[in-house]
Amino acid sequence: MIEAIKGISFEVRDGEIVTLIGANGAGKTTTMHAISGLVKPAAGSITLDGTELTKIPSHRIVEMGLAQVPEGRRVFAQQTVAENLTLGAYARKDKDGIEKDMEEVYRLFPRLKERRLQMAGTLSGGEQQMLAMGRALMAKPSIVLMDEPSMGLSPLLVSEIFNIIQEINSKGTTVLLVEQNAKRALAIANRAYVLETGRITLSGTGSELAADERVRKAYLGG
Amino acid sequence: MQFISYLINGLGLGSVYAIIALGYTMVYGIAKMLNFAHGDVIMIGAYIAFFAIMNFGLPLIPAVLLAILACTVLGVVIERLAYKPLRQAPSLAVLITAIGVSYFLQNGAQLLWSSSTKVFPAVLPSGSLQIGDLSVSWLTLITIIVCVLVMAVLTLFISRTKTGRAMRACSEDKGAATLMGINVNFIISVTFAIGSGLAAIASVLLCSTYPSVYPTLGSMPGIKAFTAAVFGGIGSIPGAFLGGLLLGIIEILAKAYISTQLSDAIVFAVLIIVLLIKPTGLLGRKLSEKV
Ligand SMILES: Nc1ncnc2c1ncn2[C@@H]1O[C@H](COP(=O)(O)OP(=O)(O)OP(=O)(O)O)[C@@H](O)[C@H]1O
Ligand SMILES: [Mg+2]
Repeated sequence: MIEAIKGISFEVRDGEIVTLIGANGAGKTTTMHAISGLVKPAAGSITLDGTELTKIPSHRIVEMGLAQVPEGRRVFAQQTVAENLTLGAYARKDKDGIEKDMEEVYRLFPRLKERRLQMAGTLSGGEQQMLAMGRALMAKPSIVLMDEPSMGLSPLLVSEIFNIIQEINSKGTTVLLVEQNAKRALAIANRAYVLETGRITLSGTGSELAADERVRKAYLGG
Repeated sequence: MQFISYLINGLGLGSVYAIIALGYTMVYGIAKMLNFAHGDVIMIGAYIAFFAIMNFGLPLIPAVLLAILACTVLGVVIERLAYKPLRQAPSLAVLITAIGVSYFLQNGAQLLWSSSTKVFPAVLPSGSLQIGDLSVSWLTLITIIVCVLVMAVLTLFISRTKTGRAMRACSEDKGAATLMGINVNFIISVTFAIGSGLAAIASVLLCSTYPSVYPTLGSMPGIKAFTAAVFGGIGSIPGAFLGGLLLGIIEILAKAYISTQLSDAIVFAVLIIVLLIKPTGLLGRKLSEKV
C-alpha cells in the first residue's frame, strides 16, 4: 500500500479561506479526495460540523454541504453547460432554490450563460474552470474544496478566478484552496498550511507564511 | 420488389439485434465491461415467457411483462454478485467472469428445463400485410415498431431525465459523478436492469420468429448483437440502433444474394472492414484516455 499522506491534521473554520500549498506530489489532491470521499483513508478521522465523513458513502458527502472543484476541472465534456450545472445540484430537491442558484452562477460567470447550450468539452480551459466552479456552487455548499483552480490559465483569468473565490467566500461559503500559485493563494487566505511529502510542515496565517523565509525560498521563488 | 421485401425482413431481424445491442452498449458505456452473459439473459427471458404462456396460461402482454421483470431482476443480481466485487479488478478478470456467468446460466437452464427444444407458441399475429405486390409479415412489422418505440423511449430517458443525465455523467467520469452526489453503484444497477429488461423484449420477438427455446438459444443472437454494437460504435446508443439494423439487412441480403452458409462470414467481414476504416465503429467516439 502506498501512503500518499500520513499523520496530517488541520482544520478549516466557518467562513475562512484556508490554503494548502506544496510541491507536486506532496499529497494535496490526495488530501482533497480523502475529504470529499473519493478515496477513503486507511486510518484517521475527518469531520464536518461534528459529523464523521469517513463513515459516510462518498456520494452522500455533497449532501452534507461539501462540494469540490476537482483538479483538472473534470467537467462532463459531452453534456451542455446547463446540464453540467444541473448535475451540480443532483443531490438537491428544492427546485426553486436550484433555479435561483443557476441564475446566481450565470451572474458570477456571464460567459457560461452565453454558452449554456454548448457542450462542455468545447469550452476553453478557462471557461471549463468557471464551469467546474459553478457546478460546485450549484450544490449550495457550506464549504467548497478547490484543487488548483488557476492551473493553466492566462494571468488575466487567474486574477478573475481569485476575485471570484473571494466573492464566493464573502457570501458565506468556506473555502479550502489548493494552489501552485502560492503567492496569490497566501494573499487571499486567512490561514495556510504547507504540505511536504505527505506531512504538514508549517502553518500560520496567510501573511505569516507569505513572509516566512522557508516558504519564500521554496514556493515564492526566493 | 423482391429487394424491398428483403430489406424489410433485414430491418426486422436487425431490430431484434438492435434491441439486444442496446444492452451491450449501455453496460459497456457505463460499467466499461463486456457483459458476455447478456445473450443468456435473452434465453432466460424466452423460458420465462414460454412457461408464462404455456403453463400459467397468461396472455401475451402479462407474459412479456413477467419476462421483463424476471430478466431485470436477474440482470441486477448478476451484476451485484458477479461483477460488483470486481469493480477494481483488471478487465480480463471481469471478461472471464462474464463468460463464466454465461455458462452458469446455460447449464442452469439445462439442469432445470433439460436441453430438449421447446416450441415457442405463436402469440404474435401471423399472416402478412399486403401493399400492392409487397407482402410484409405482421411479425416483422411489429418487431420494427417495437424497436423504434424502445429506441425513442430510451433516448428520451437518457437525454431528458435526471437519472439519464446521471448515467451519462457516470459513463464519462465516475469520480466526478460521485462528487455530484450520484450513487455510481445504483446507476450501474439501473443500467443492467434496463439492458436485461430489453433482452426480455428481444427474446419474445426472437422466439416468435424462430420458435425454438433451448439453453443455448441466446449465444448466436448475443454474438450478432455484440457485433452490431461494435459495428455501430460500442458505448453509443444510436450506434447500437444503426449497427443492429445494418447488420440485419446485411445478413438477409447476403443470405438472399450470395450464400446462406456464408452469410455469417460475410457479416463479420463487413464488420472487420468497417473497423479497419473506422476503429471506433460507425458512430463511436474516441474515448479520451482517462487515468
Ligand atoms: N492511487 C495512487 N496510487 C499510487 N500512488 C498514488 C496514488 N494517488 C496518489 N499517489 C501518489 O501520492 C503522491 C501525492 O499525490 P497527489 O496527487 O496528492 O499530489 P499533489 O500534491 O496533488 O500534486 P500536484 O501538485 O502535482 O497535483 C504522489 O507521489 C502520487 O504519485
Ligand atoms: Mg494535485
